[in-house]
Amino acid sequence: MRGRVFTLVLKELLMIFRDKKARMSMIAPVIIQSLLFPFAATLEITNAALGIYSEDSGRHALELTQRLAESSAFSELLILRRARDIAEVIDNQKALLVMRFPEDFSRSVEAGQEAQIQVLLDGRRSNGAQIAFNYVQSVLGQYQRELLDGLGGEVLVEIDPAFRDWYNPNLDYKWFVLPSLVALITTVGVLIVTALSVAREREQGTLEQLLVSPLSTWQIFVGKAVPAVIVATVQGSIVLAAGMFFYRIPFAGSIPLFYCMIVLYGLSLVGVGLLISSLCNTQQQAFIGVFLFMMPAILLSGYISPVENMPLWLQQVTMINPVRHFTEITKQIYLKDAGIHVLWQSIWPMLAIIAGSTAIAYAMFRRKVA
Amino acid sequence: MRKAMRPEGFSRGRLLALCRKEFFQIIRDPGSVLIAFVIPLILMVVYGYGINFDSGALRVGIVLEDAGPQARRLAYAFSASGFIEARVSDRRAELDELMQAGKLRGLVVIPADFSRRLAGGEKISLQVIADGSEPNTANFVHGYVQGVLRVWRENLARDLGIEPRNLFNINVNCWFNRDMVSRNFIMPGAITIIITVVGAILTSLVIAREWERGTMEALLSTQVTRAEFLLSKLIPYYFLGMFALVVCLFFSVAVFQVPFRGSVIVLFGLSTLFMANTLGMGLLISTIMRNQFNAAQVALVSAFLPSIMLSGFVFEIDSMPLAVRAITYVIPARYYVSAMHTLFLAGNVSFVLLSNAAFLLATGALFIGLAALKTKIGLE
Amino acid sequence: MSALNQPGVERAIVLDRLEKSFAGEFSPALLPLSMVIRPGGVTGLVGPDGAGKTTLMRILAGLLEPSGGRVSVAGLDPLTRKAGLRAILGYMPQRFGLYEDLTVQQNLDLYASLRAVEGQERQEAFRRLLRFTGLTSFTGRLAGKLSGGMKQKLGLACSLLGHPQVLLLDEPGVGVDPISRRELWGMVHELAGEGLLILWSTSYLDEAEQCREVLLLNQGRLLYSGEPRALSRSMEGRCFLLRSRAGNKRALPQKALSMPQVSDCVIQGDHLRLILRRDASGASGADTLEALGFSPGDMLPATPRFEDAFIDLLGGVPARRPVLANLMARPVSGDTAPVIEAVSLTKAFGNFTAADHVDFAVRRGEIFGLLGPNGAGKSTTFKMMCGLLRPSSGKALVLGMDLQKHPAGVRERIGYMAQKFSLYGGLSVMQNLIFFSGVYGLSGREQAARVDEMIETFGLKPLLGQQTELLPLGFKQRLALACALMHRPDILFLDEPTSGVDPLTRREFWMHINGMVEKGVTVMVTTHFMDEAEYCDRIGLVYQGRIIAAGPPDTLKERAGTTSRPCPGMEDAFIRLVEEYDEKSDAA
Repeated sequence: MRGRVFTLVLKELLMIFRDKKARMSMIAPVIIQSLLFPFAATLEITNAALGIYSEDSGRHALELTQRLAESSAFSELLILRRARDIAEVIDNQKALLVMRFPEDFSRSVEAGQEAQIQVLLDGRRSNGAQIAFNYVQSVLGQYQRELLDGLGGEVLVEIDPAFRDWYNPNLDYKWFVLPSLVALITTVGVLIVTALSVAREREQGTLEQLLVSPLSTWQIFVGKAVPAVIVATVQGSIVLAAGMFFYRIPFAGSIPLFYCMIVLYGLSLVGVGLLISSLCNTQQQAFIGVFLFMMPAILLSGYISPVENMPLWLQQVTMINPVRHFTEITKQIYLKDAGIHVLWQSIWPMLAIIAGSTAIAYAMFRRKVA
Repeated sequence: MRKAMRPEGFSRGRLLALCRKEFFQIIRDPGSVLIAFVIPLILMVVYGYGINFDSGALRVGIVLEDAGPQARRLAYAFSASGFIEARVSDRRAELDELMQAGKLRGLVVIPADFSRRLAGGEKISLQVIADGSEPNTANFVHGYVQGVLRVWRENLARDLGIEPRNLFNINVNCWFNRDMVSRNFIMPGAITIIITVVGAILTSLVIAREWERGTMEALLSTQVTRAEFLLSKLIPYYFLGMFALVVCLFFSVAVFQVPFRGSVIVLFGLSTLFMANTLGMGLLISTIMRNQFNAAQVALVSAFLPSIMLSGFVFEIDSMPLAVRAITYVIPARYYVSAMHTLFLAGNVSFVLLSNAAFLLATGALFIGLAALKTKIGLE
Repeated sequence: MSALNQPGVERAIVLDRLEKSFAGEFSPALLPLSMVIRPGGVTGLVGPDGAGKTTLMRILAGLLEPSGGRVSVAGLDPLTRKAGLRAILGYMPQRFGLYEDLTVQQNLDLYASLRAVEGQERQEAFRRLLRFTGLTSFTGRLAGKLSGGMKQKLGLACSLLGHPQVLLLDEPGVGVDPISRRELWGMVHELAGEGLLILWSTSYLDEAEQCREVLLLNQGRLLYSGEPRALSRSMEGRCFLLRSRAGNKRALPQKALSMPQVSDCVIQGDHLRLILRRDASGASGADTLEALGFSPGDMLPATPRFEDAFIDLLGGVPARRPVLANLMARPVSGDTAPVIEAVSLTKAFGNFTAADHVDFAVRRGEIFGLLGPNGAGKSTTFKMMCGLLRPSSGKALVLGMDLQKHPAGVRERIGYMAQKFSLYGGLSVMQNLIFFSGVYGLSGREQAARVDEMIETFGLKPLLGQQTELLPLGFKQRLALACALMHRPDILFLDEPTSGVDPLTRREFWMHINGMVEKGVTVMVTTHFMDEAEYCDRIGLVYQGRIIAAGPPDTLKERAGTTSRPCPGMEDAFIRLVEEYDEKSDAA
């Protein structure tokens, strides 16, 4: 029996990696995406444009302007001459954020009175604008502390919060993207290898050829699962290597554990892929099926925005989303060095997904061919 | 047909007949219906509820090493703020594990000597730890913790009868999106993705399908010209895409309450340009691949993923490195996202809309031109 | 003088040293061809698969560019005068481009508009063509739901819109049952009578006899052009039928072909059809008989067929030993219990009954054939027998067991060859052999030995590294048979095994099958080839989901015999029996 399954696996691998074009279509997107997306996917703000409209010629407005210009967030400083330029600059997206210092700004600061600052954000990009505003706030906060120290007023409580960021000390967005990318990229590969290849066998008649042979349905399933898991492992390894050696993101956890999880994730996708293929007759249908599953699964995985921001009912729906569980696992192992007991909260839903999808796929498959 | 098409070869009757045929095929194909109606609806719900950058209450653990009343008061300040869902405990190890499991996004350690130092007026150091594996959330943790500390400090001062001093009073005004609701910029972006999916994926399959089913050869033997053939693929799917657009618009405005401040006519004009881009891209892919399996794969990798990652919909294009920014210039979704944001939230800002329209025109001409170039009226 | 300058070319097709080769292929698709095809009759473009028929058709339709030489269709160059040509051209590609998801009327509408047939003329044309094709009552039906014959008629109707002067029909007879095929021919003859130029390509050699003129192509080369009867006539006096007495008819063709004077020898029901070579004298005919163990009284002269002439033109069938049969040797057990049995087998899809109470039993060492038009239900029945489809009621038993319930043990003894080529096209020949032997549990030295046997037997050695989907059809078929036999099954299921294969390969194929049956292998086969049915011991005639007649081929032919035609061919018998059945069910 082992020999038969081995034959099936070998055949599948030969089909997947049969020629240069096929090999390229498995490997090239992985490499391109691991090189492009970590750079593209960032919620930090750099190179933004800041508009300044200052009616104050005093030194404080000038000093603040200078400090803001030095911040990495803003590469471009637009000095506005007229109040109505503000609208023009924001409307036309020439600046993400405009600051306005009133005429008496410096005077108020000198006098120890509260000085007014107006900040206008472009709400069309409210997320970016908000992040940029945080930079502005920290510059202002720093300046205020310096001024107050200089004034030597009585200090009531000196409380000094020491900020530290675990698992990603510089809050580098790439550290977040890369582990998630392992999940994202393997998803596409595995689903194509399982769902589409079964549909193709059905279309080309080779499935019937297998069904009249002494192979059992389980053996055919295993024959599809093993190559898919191998593809997941290979693609996952490429992304992992890119992360460790190209982006130099230290791998905190246990590599064997990580690979075990890739296998587990591969299996859960195989279950989904087989389920899709058992519902479809043609490659086109299978493709639409894969698409219908994959788009929401990726969007709701926590990669684009955190799962905890979703409404509760949707958070519960994501329990059946293997991509969500695996993105959590990758981060927890790669960055946080989590062990099995911590990962268990993600492992058991994946096991349930594997069992459920494979069982339904098996039943559907039997009903269809028999 | 290698030579330039002669104008007299064009026949409106033939074009009409081809369009009618395409239309009948669309309504009989469950796949098309699924892509044009069901996928937009699902994606609308996913984007509308699932993608949200406005953090709700952040889960933060408070390690209370000091049992004094002032320390408790600080811990209470955290729990009482609307932004933080505090979990107060004196067992550090337990909270550490919750951090690792992602159940807490931050830790604040109130040290054992907190009350003593506070009473003695000494400098207190407060450890604030954020979960860096979610950098965006970590930034929120920093901000919220600072906010809570400031309020706590001011309250403490007031108790002693001292008015807190603040040098700057920042008055923030977020134009176009006063309450900074992230859904307001997500939905217009989501429409872009949906139109891309409908346009590029569906059309990438249609020419490949004509080749696979052998109907192409019969068409080729008639007097159908390249222009008629391409237009007959563009026009019906254009209307299908527009239908999906109307569904999405209705959902965004009526269900998700996203304001629409621009002109509907301008919206349709720009959408027409964008559709031309995605349809052209789909046609280009399917003429080159001639096989549904490969066409679908390429459409996925080259149309769908870039329109999410490189369109500026979620990730600011300005913040990307130069090389990546250069690539975004040929991603039509980039211009449409920008135009949609403006139309929905700001209204008819002619500079933004016109420049995006110009770019869309250029990329559209590029894709359709390439598709026309690659469409061969012949078998070799 | 070039053929292009001859008189009368303005209405004819003229080829002048036309050739075509494709990049990346070693042998050219068409060797230089020069000929004139005239209107007013049907010209048959005849040849086995891969002969270059479709390539020539596509060049004539202006879809391919010739590599050399010149073409003119009704005085127009297909490449430079494309628009002009298409206005007068009706072209029906091999898989006619009907939109299966549109109705009959919508398909007609589309092609009418594409050919600018409008207004009064349009309604007129629809009425005429629908009546002509007998599709008037089916206008609202989806084209995909039509039978094979109706699809081809609709295709013909679509290509007739706009009064073409030249009609190019690429294999219109494929997938069409004999009755519809006859009707199609009737229509085309009628059109030819109106003065159209009609080129009909086919790989069914029996269709050639319908044509006024044939162009016989083989491997891009023109073997013969002229009247088909003239070619058949050249075979007169060299075709014989031998009545076989003993049960050893399967071994005889092999023996006959090893004699130098024999050009061809095939089984035809209870008879052997023997073709002698041109240079064979009358005496050698008698020698042959003697060597095969017949007396002169057993030999009847037979009417020559086009296929006889074709094989003869190719130099006859090469003698080959059925090595395979020796490898397949298994002790034949003496039991007479049926090996394959259908008991009241029924399959319903919704309210459509694809198979309706089908009964038959196949004994060990027998070839049983299911013969019937497309859509009659033979594939459904076949799939139920193999365990690929669950019957709605009734039983499908193989070795007394239900394949659905006891799969593994029985399946190891079955060999299966699907209608459509269904090996892994992306893998090499060797990889396919290894895969299928592995699936059947062979491993190690045994596996290597079996694979080598197959390579040897089917002459696959030079092709081992080739990607399978790029093989010529004949080799694909050989490989498929090899893959089905590697585990030495004692039951073979063959679904339309030789459709689209040229006559020589078909003979080789049946030689192997016959050899194995001799050794006790049981074969169940489906076919719509009339001459393939002749190889079977017994045939079940499938029509509208039922077996309407069953028995040895000769018995069926006799049953259909009339006083005017005492010895009908298989096709006549088939049509006769179907008509009889229709009459009976109409009366009931």
